[in-house]
Amino acid sequence: MFRLKYDDFLIYDEETGTYSMSAEQQVRDETEKNRWKNTGWTVLKDWRLYLMLVPMVLVYFLWKYMPMYELMGCFKNPNTGDLTHVSTYSWTGLKYFQELFTNAEYSPLFWRAFRNTFITAFYGLLFGFPMPIILALFFNEVKSNVARSIMQVCVYLPKFLSTVIVTSLVLVLFRSSAGGQSVGIVSQLFGALGVDNAVVNSGLVYTTKYYRAIYIIADLWEHAGYDSIVFFAAVIAVSPTSYEAAQIDGAGKMAQMRYVVIPSILSTVVIMLIMKIGSLLSVGYEKIYLLLGTGVGEAQDANYEVADVVSTLSNRWSETQEYKAMGTAAEMLNNLIGMILVIGANAIARKASDVSLY
Amino acid sequence: MKRKVETSELIFRIVAYFILIVFALMCVYPLVYVLSSAFSSSSAINSGAVVLWPVDVQADAFIGVLTNNKFWINYANTLFVTFFGTVWALGYSILGAYALSKKRLLGRHGWNFFLVFTMWFSAGIIPQYQNYAATSEIFGAIGISDLKWTIVLAMGMNATNIILLRNSFEGVPSEIEEAARIDGATELQILTKVYLPMSKATIATVALFFGISRWNGYFWAFKVIPEGQSYSWPIQVYIRDYIDKYTSIAGGTKNDPDAVQNWDLNYNYSAVSAVYSMVVCAIIPILAIYPFIQKYFAKGVNMGGVKE
Repeated sequence: MFRLKYDDFLIYDEETGTYSMSAEQQVRDETEKNRWKNTGWTVLKDWRLYLMLVPMVLVYFLWKYMPMYELMGCFKNPNTGDLTHVSTYSWTGLKYFQELFTNAEYSPLFWRAFRNTFITAFYGLLFGFPMPIILALFFNEVKSNVARSIMQVCVYLPKFLSTVIVTSLVLVLFRSSAGGQSVGIVSQLFGALGVDNAVVNSGLVYTTKYYRAIYIIADLWEHAGYDSIVFFAAVIAVSPTSYEAAQIDGAGKMAQMRYVVIPSILSTVVIMLIMKIGSLLSVGYEKIYLLLGTGVGEAQDANYEVADVVSTLSNRWSETQEYKAMGTAAEMLNNLIGMILVIGANAIARKASDVSLY
Repeated sequence: MKRKVETSELIFRIVAYFILIVFALMCVYPLVYVLSSAFSSSSAINSGAVVLWPVDVQADAFIGVLTNNKFWINYANTLFVTFFGTVWALGYSILGAYALSKKRLLGRHGWNFFLVFTMWFSAGIIPQYQNYAATSEIFGAIGISDLKWTIVLAMGMNATNIILLRNSFEGVPSEIEEAARIDGATELQILTKVYLPMSKATIATVALFFGISRWNGYFWAFKVIPEGQSYSWPIQVYIRDYIDKYTSIAGGTKNDPDAVQNWDLNYNYSAVSAVYSMVVCAIIPILAIYPFIQKYFAKGVNMGGVKE
C-alpha cells in the first residue's frame, strides 16, 4: 500500500477548502534539490576527517589490493615479456587452469595439495574445535581463582611464541638420532608407547605416518588454550541460580552439564564452529613450511605426500619462473573457495543468531 | 548449610583438575626443556640426560650466543621492526578507524567493505611476493635501500585490529564529542583528547596484537630479504637459518659441510646448544611482558564479537 513519507506533507485550508504544500515540505524539497551541492560542501568542510582515512586506504590499496591486480598473472604466460612483471607478459586465457586440472605432471600435485588442505583442515577442526570447549568447561570447575589463573597463564602462553620457535621446539622434541645425538624426548615417549624404534630414530616428523599427528598436536598445543578464552567467557556467564535450580531438581554433575551449561554456551559454540568452517581452507603455510624443512631432501619429499597444501605448493612453484602462473592459479582457486566458505558461514551465522563477525 | 558434594561432581572435578594440570604442564614443559638445555653441556644434551633440570651445568653456549655479533644485530633489527612497525600500523589504524566510526563519513559502508574484503580474500603468495619485490625496488629507487623498511611499512596489516578500534570509538558517547566541538576543538584534537583517552584499553590491546605479530614475523621477512643482506634479517629468520645450516634437527638439508666441520674446531659447544640459547634469548622479552599483557589479550578476544 502506498504511504506518504510525512504526514505534514499538505496543509488543508478550511476557509478556501484547498490544499497547499506545508512550509516543512518546502524546506525538505529545497534540501533535496541541493542535496548533492550540500554533500560536496559538507565533505569539503570535513576534509580533515577524509584526510585521516587516506593513510589506511593507501596502505591497503598498495599492499592488499595491488597483489590482487597482479593476480592477472595466472592468465598470462610468465615466459614472455621482460620476465620481471606480470603487466608485460602476454595473455594466454585459461590455459594454466586447464593444465592444473589435466596436465599429467602438475595436476596430481595440485589435487594432492588440495586434498591435503582439506584433510589438514578437517583434522584441525575435529580435534582443535572441541578441545578449547572442554578446557573452558574444566576451568569452570576450578573454584580457586589463583589456581585457575596460574593454569590459564600456562595454557595461553604457546600462542605468543613465533612459528619459528614452535617448530623449533617440535623439531627438537621429536629429533632423530642423526649424528649420534639422542632421540627427542617426546619421540622417546612415542617409542615407549610402542612405536617402532627404527622409525623413532629416523625422526618422527619426517615419517609420513606420524607427521599429521604431530602437526595436529603442535596445533593444539599452540591454540587450544588461547581459543578457550571465548568459551570460558560464555561458561562463566551462566547464572549461578541456574545451577542451584538444577541441583534442587536433583541434577547430578553430568545432568547439569547436559541441561544447564551446554544449552547456555551453545550459541557461542555454533558461531565459533561456523566461523571455523568458514576459515577451513586458510591452512597456515608457515608452520608446514618450517616443519618440512626449507630444503628439499629425501625425508622432506616423502612428507610432501601428506603435508603439502595448496599454499606451500604455490610457494614452491613460485621459485621457478615457468610455474609461477600455475602456482598463482592454484592458490587463487583455493582462496576463492575459501572466500565463498567465509561469506556462506557468515550468512548462516547471521541467520542463526543475529550475530555476525563482519 | 554446606551442600554435600555428590560423587559424580567429585569425579568430574578430579578429571577436570587432572586434565588441566597435564595440559598446563605440557604447555610449559618444552620451554623448561629448552631453558635447561641452554645451560647444559653438549654431551649431556646429546646423550639425552637432560629431561627437566640442567645437567652438567655450564654456560658456554649461552656466552657464545651473547658474544655472537650477528645474532645481536639481527636482534636489534627485530626490535627496530617491532617498534616502528607497531607505531606505523597503530598510527594509520587509529586514524582510519576514527574516520570509519563516524556516521557522517560519506561512503562509510563502502570503506568498511574495502577493509573487510581483505579478510575474506587474499591474493596468495606469488602475487604478494611480486608486490613486495616491486615495493622494495621502488623504495630502493627513492633512497630507502634498507629492506627493513619494506617490512615495517608494507607488512603486518590487520583489518580485525582496525575493526576493534572502530567499535571502541563507536562506543564513545557523542555528547562528549559535541561538547568538545562547541569548545572549538579540531578533528585531531577531538581524536587525541577525547577518543584516545577513552579507548585506552582497546588501543593497548591492539598495540600488543601488532607488536607480538611483528616480533614473531618470519615468512615474509625470509622471502623478501635475501641471504646477501642477512644483516637486515630479523631474529626469527636468523634462528631458522642457523638451525638449517649447522644442525640436523630440521633435516639438515641446507647444511654447509665446511661450516659444520669447522664447528668442532672453533667451538667447545654444539650448534644445537647454541640454538637452545638463541631460542631462550628470543622469547625472553615475550615472557617478561607476558604476565602484564595476558589480561589484555583475553579482553581483546572477547571484544572480537565484531559487527558491522
